[in-house]
Amino acid sequence: MNSSRFTNFIIPVFAVLLGVLAGSIVMIVSGYNPIAGYSALLYGAFGDSYYVGETIRQTTPYILAGLAVAFAFRTGLFNIGVEGQLIVGWLAAVWVGVSFDLPKVIHLPLAILAAAAAGALWALIPGFLKARFKVHEVIITIMMNYIALHVTNAIIRSVLSNQGFKSAKIHDSASLQSEFLQSITDYSTLHYGIIIALIGAVMMWFLLEKTTKGYELRAVGFNQHASQYAGMNVPRNIILAMVISGAFAGVAGAMEGLGTFGNISVKAGFTGIGFDGIAVALIGSNNAFGIILSALLFGALKVGALEMPSSADVPTELVDIVIALIIFFVASSYLIRLLLSRFKKEGK
Amino acid sequence: MEYVIEMLNIRKVFGNFVANDNITLQLKKGEIHALLGENGAGKSTLMNVLFGLYQPDGGEIRVKGQAVKISNPNVANDLGIGMVHQHFMLVDTFTVTENIILGSEPTKGGKIDIKRAEQEVRELSERYGLAVDPTAKIADISVGMQQRVEILKTLYRGADILIFDEPTAVLTPQEIQELIQIMKALVREGKSIILITHKLKEIMEVCDRVTVIRRGKGVGTLNVADTNPNELASLMVGREVHFKTDKKPAQPGKEVLEIKDLVVKDARGVTVVDHLNLTIRAGEIVGIAGVDGNGQTELIEAITGLIKAESGSILLNGQNIFNLSPRKITEAGIGHIPQDRHKHGLVLDFPIGENMVLQTYYKEPYSKGGVLNFKAIYEKARQLIKEFDVRTPDEYTAARALSGGNQQKAIIGREVDRNPELLIAAQPTRGLDVGAIEFIHKRLIEQRDQGKAVLLVSFELDEVMNVSDRIAVIYEGKIVAIVDPKETTEQELGLLMAGSKRKEAGVSS
Repeated sequence: MNSSRFTNFIIPVFAVLLGVLAGSIVMIVSGYNPIAGYSALLYGAFGDSYYVGETIRQTTPYILAGLAVAFAFRTGLFNIGVEGQLIVGWLAAVWVGVSFDLPKVIHLPLAILAAAAAGALWALIPGFLKARFKVHEVIITIMMNYIALHVTNAIIRSVLSNQGFKSAKIHDSASLQSEFLQSITDYSTLHYGIIIALIGAVMMWFLLEKTTKGYELRAVGFNQHASQYAGMNVPRNIILAMVISGAFAGVAGAMEGLGTFGNISVKAGFTGIGFDGIAVALIGSNNAFGIILSALLFGALKVGALEMPSSADVPTELVDIVIALIIFFVASSYLIRLLLSRFKKEGK
Repeated sequence: MEYVIEMLNIRKVFGNFVANDNITLQLKKGEIHALLGENGAGKSTLMNVLFGLYQPDGGEIRVKGQAVKISNPNVANDLGIGMVHQHFMLVDTFTVTENIILGSEPTKGGKIDIKRAEQEVRELSERYGLAVDPTAKIADISVGMQQRVEILKTLYRGADILIFDEPTAVLTPQEIQELIQIMKALVREGKSIILITHKLKEIMEVCDRVTVIRRGKGVGTLNVADTNPNELASLMVGREVHFKTDKKPAQPGKEVLEIKDLVVKDARGVTVVDHLNLTIRAGEIVGIAGVDGNGQTELIEAITGLIKAESGSILLNGQNIFNLSPRKITEAGIGHIPQDRHKHGLVLDFPIGENMVLQTYYKEPYSKGGVLNFKAIYEKARQLIKEFDVRTPDEYTAARALSGGNQQKAIIGREVDRNPELLIAAQPTRGLDVGAIEFIHKRLIEQRDQGKAVLLVSFELDEVMNVSDRIAVIYEGKIVAIVDPKETTEQELGLLMAGSKRKEAGVSS
């Protein structure tokens, strides 16, 4: 058992290393200096306290989006709709943030709960259709993403603004922004959301691994027939799994709305965080603590990449290539397993 | 002495588990050599070593006197070793010929020479009396024919040594007889065969020699002519085995299960259980005999709440359980050993320990306030694993990794331990070896002797006649006769199962 846990950990690490290696080859081939490129990336992610703050801020929604995907995956569902659930969560959080004037202890939790509820509601629809009519959740969640995007834009234009392109700023009482965190990180946009994300990870771990509900959800995810035989309510568990997954996604949206931006703007396209969440969950082996690490990797790559054009002349697109390569190597973990077993044999 | 295969002191270890502990097997040219052992004794591991799927941790393999290293199945193929797998590896939408040539297609000018291949397959088929149509689609031919395609596949690749992995498990009695003829034809043509099996009857009928292994250790090799089924069984299990189950006469008490006028329709709306009546009393085992597909599965699923019945009534100890949820029915006191242990019985990806509390996880001591108590769960698991002799490296091993017999013992342990008023056992011994079968029958009778009711459904007449106190014959969704196993014969049961009316009086229900 220990050895399998070890391989679960070592495979993503290996994949990341191979991705970095392949990325250097791409850089060399395209005429850039990989050492300069990666130094710039590293500096841009962790070089000084400002960059660290930005990296952690970027990591926050990745953790929650990754948890959303992983939670569904561990219960046998493929939630491609994290992106849409995140957008409606963002909208709900900002809406509550601008429409009420309440003491912070009530207002902030209320805004976050509204985001969770909106995400949950958005996921309830595909969950219900799957449980009741066996409609495949992938198709419904993809379509729900588009509905979320356009409905949100319409509401921003006609309800949250007067045909404008963004909502008003949320009241301070609903904000996650922290002068303290900003001051220790050289006035980055770091906010309290990271604490919520970390609590979210612990909650997911506890719920799935330690509770009877988690036992049911995992059982239904692995084998619906045996779960029914054991007396579990299969449709209800499918819906619940989707709803919890959607709630995580909604809270990820709240991080953007209440923390990073403080408002919501009309979007020309998807944020990408929800889709990146799939990769975060994959690299994190669908494990709550693995996801924290892989979200940090994604946050660092995204933030660090901004430094690459200015100090190493490497276009940011190359970072996208490196990320893609890492995902490629994780997905082809079979190859890595093979390499690892070769190493082991030679070591004997 | 001419041996075509010699496996000398083969050792294979998985983690702390010794699957093969210095086993020796020597195959003579032109013989049918049985490899006999219980489920999980290490037969498959040994053959996978020979076929190059596993690398041995010790010992030596010689082929025709030459020491060889079989690093993968291609090497085994080149050495003339072919394997007929228990689970066929065929592409359903391809023809017989296409399946056979897959991987070594004869080509002409860049195109597959299908005419030549068909001709070769036809010749091979005729030479060994296989009667396979090379142009038929796999999806259209019977399971027995599909197995012959697997045999042809190995012959086409030039195999001289054929390994048959439990070949009769999926065959009808008629097909088994034909397979035996084929195996005899193969050895006449100079092939050598290793037959992996736990069926003693087949060994006595077809094999020349037999190597017995028990719990990973070689017990010895015998000439079949010098032995008998009883000796083989005790060598395999390590103690005396009783083929006839000993039991005291039943002492039936009050009615535990009363089914009246039960009607169940399947998904297409066809009536599969048709106004069925059945009563089971405390302290008796009622066996349901019938040809597969006469409503047995639906009857059990309706009793246990897995499907909704149309009409009728089901009482358990006088309490109405008709169309309740599976949980309510379980809590009312029904234990269920399901027919398909992989589909219903286990969550294969869960550790075997967590599978032991599949119906009780929400109760104390296994959880409290919605939080699982793993200490109590695994303590119970260890107790059941020990008590029911489930062979597993530990209680944290995934249920998937256990052999079929051990999975079944785990399920039976779980169900019996809940001490249900009515225990339903559907095909409880399918695919198991004699040792496990004996064990399971004993457990069922134990339940009966403790005053519980047992409903046994089996397609094996031997089993129904051996274990039951009363036999209810099911035909087209109705109980058509209830007979005393001591007063009936297989012939009479066979006729009743085929729908013929019983002549003498006594048709109850």
